[in-house]
Amino acid sequence: MSKTKTFKPDRDVKPWTGGYRPYDIAKELTVCILAVLVITIGLAVIFGSPDEKSVTIQSWSNANQVDFAQTAITELDGSSASATYGAPYNNVADTGQKIGPLALESWAGVTHPVDPPKDFVLGPLSTVTGAPGVQAALARYNAASPAQQAKWQKAYEDAVKNAKEVNGVLVVPPGPYGPVGPMIAYLTAMAKSGALDTSTVAQSGFFSTDYTKPLLFISDGAYLADLGTTHHLSGDQWGMMNETGSFPGQAWLWLYTMWYQVSPFNNANSAWGANADALIWALMMLLTVILALLPFIPGLRSIPRWTRIYRLIWRDYYKGRV
Amino acid sequence: MTATPQTDVASDPEVEKQWTTKIRKALVKALPPERLIPDRQPSYLSSWIYVFGALTIGALTWVIISGCVLALYGPTWWHTSSVGLFVNSTHLWSVELFFFFMVIHLWGKFFMAAWRGNRQLTWITGVVTFMISVGTAFTGYLSQTNFDSQWIATQAKDGINSTGAGAFFNVLNFGQMLMFHITLLPVAVLALTVLHVLMVRRRGIVPPFEVSAKPDATPAASAPAANEGGVA
Repeated sequence: MSKTKTFKPDRDVKPWTGGYRPYDIAKELTVCILAVLVITIGLAVIFGSPDEKSVTIQSWSNANQVDFAQTAITELDGSSASATYGAPYNNVADTGQKIGPLALESWAGVTHPVDPPKDFVLGPLSTVTGAPGVQAALARYNAASPAQQAKWQKAYEDAVKNAKEVNGVLVVPPGPYGPVGPMIAYLTAMAKSGALDTSTVAQSGFFSTDYTKPLLFISDGAYLADLGTTHHLSGDQWGMMNETGSFPGQAWLWLYTMWYQVSPFNNANSAWGANADALIWALMMLLTVILALLPFIPGLRSIPRWTRIYRLIWRDYYKGRV
Repeated sequence: MTATPQTDVASDPEVEKQWTTKIRKALVKALPPERLIPDRQPSYLSSWIYVFGALTIGALTWVIISGCVLALYGPTWWHTSSVGLFVNSTHLWSVELFFFFMVIHLWGKFFMAAWRGNRQLTWITGVVTFMISVGTAFTGYLSQTNFDSQWIATQAKDGINSTGAGAFFNVLNFGQMLMFHITLLPVAVLALTVLHVLMVRRRGIVPPFEVSAKPDATPAASAPAANEGGVA
């Protein structure tokens, strides 16, 4: 015996028995394609598109070599954002955001290995030839105990906070930082010459399209963040949804970006704020699933009928109808 | 006089058993030509909101064409060529228009409850296409090879990594993002758009609520079955 389903107005329709009228969809589509072409060309001619030049380690170190040196020592002593990031770049205990008990960020482990002391400082310096001072400093540093290395790093990190640029030269107050001083000074010179860009990119071979390492290095400094703020692109300025200049950017990301602006996600001192990325992604995935499955969700699928906006859309049809 | 080869084939039991024949018959049954490319529509189809679906396809057309021109010369061409900059600008603005039209189309379909009458899959393919389009645009922004792409990559990595997806989808890897942007994701958007349009043609345009209140004519011979479905 077959079961008859009841008619539900938010799920079912009755067969159309009304009239039909000529409708030229081929013409409509052609006109639409041409209309969009005209609007697109108009917008392209009037507004163009933004093209702010990319930041290189060279441009960064030439623009602000003090910031570069301050960043470089945090890469060497392992205190930079990249060095303390955890998965997928390196193994660092107690890192990775969580959604409740789910630590999705660290599940797959280290898949893009980045070792900042080696990749950003010691590795590039070890490729230097014809500079005995640097090679001697590097040899002395490598021969020292980890405890001694840590003392030099700490002394340099304290001193470089008061560093200045004088006549285009990095001047760091004197201190007991041993070989670290000449190492960072030479690394800064490498950066200013462009050699460090080449060195960090070329680590994966002659052909490379992977900029993971140089981008992490650059983003550890204050220079890139300051540029982002200048271009109204920081997280509390609706972040990556925007573009440089006055362009609409990825306006369709407004809902995703909005969550970062509101409590509790914008409270960095709370568990919500500390795990904001993971929680906001989870929330957006949930909302996406709800949107996709809307036709099956009682109540939500009735909103169109309740709001009666459909009467505006089909106003010709409803003329004279109750 | 001999019979035409077509007549022979049509009456051949061996041919009737072929997968090819069965697939063709199933396709023609699901989407007969008058339903696939109809020349009439139900009389209730009378609103500007219906144009936004076609406008979305129109914008997608120029997104693809301008993207193909950019692909001809490589990802950094537009930084050094005024023609390249113009083509990039058309790519950008056609994308902006694509999303603008698509969002209006989506809201229009929402307020029509366009999933009624066995059209749920049409709605779902539309939502999925929208989400993949967001990913396609995002990887496009990462492939600009300028400050914007650097900034967006370094900002977005934390969100992507927090989900675990960063283990295999590395936003700092320009090569990987470019390949997603110019191959995998556009193919998915295009395929889903075609599927979405075919589903619209298969089920027809959703009728108004309480549509049976005042029937006023008999469908013309070439009209599509506009609202098959009934009680799901």
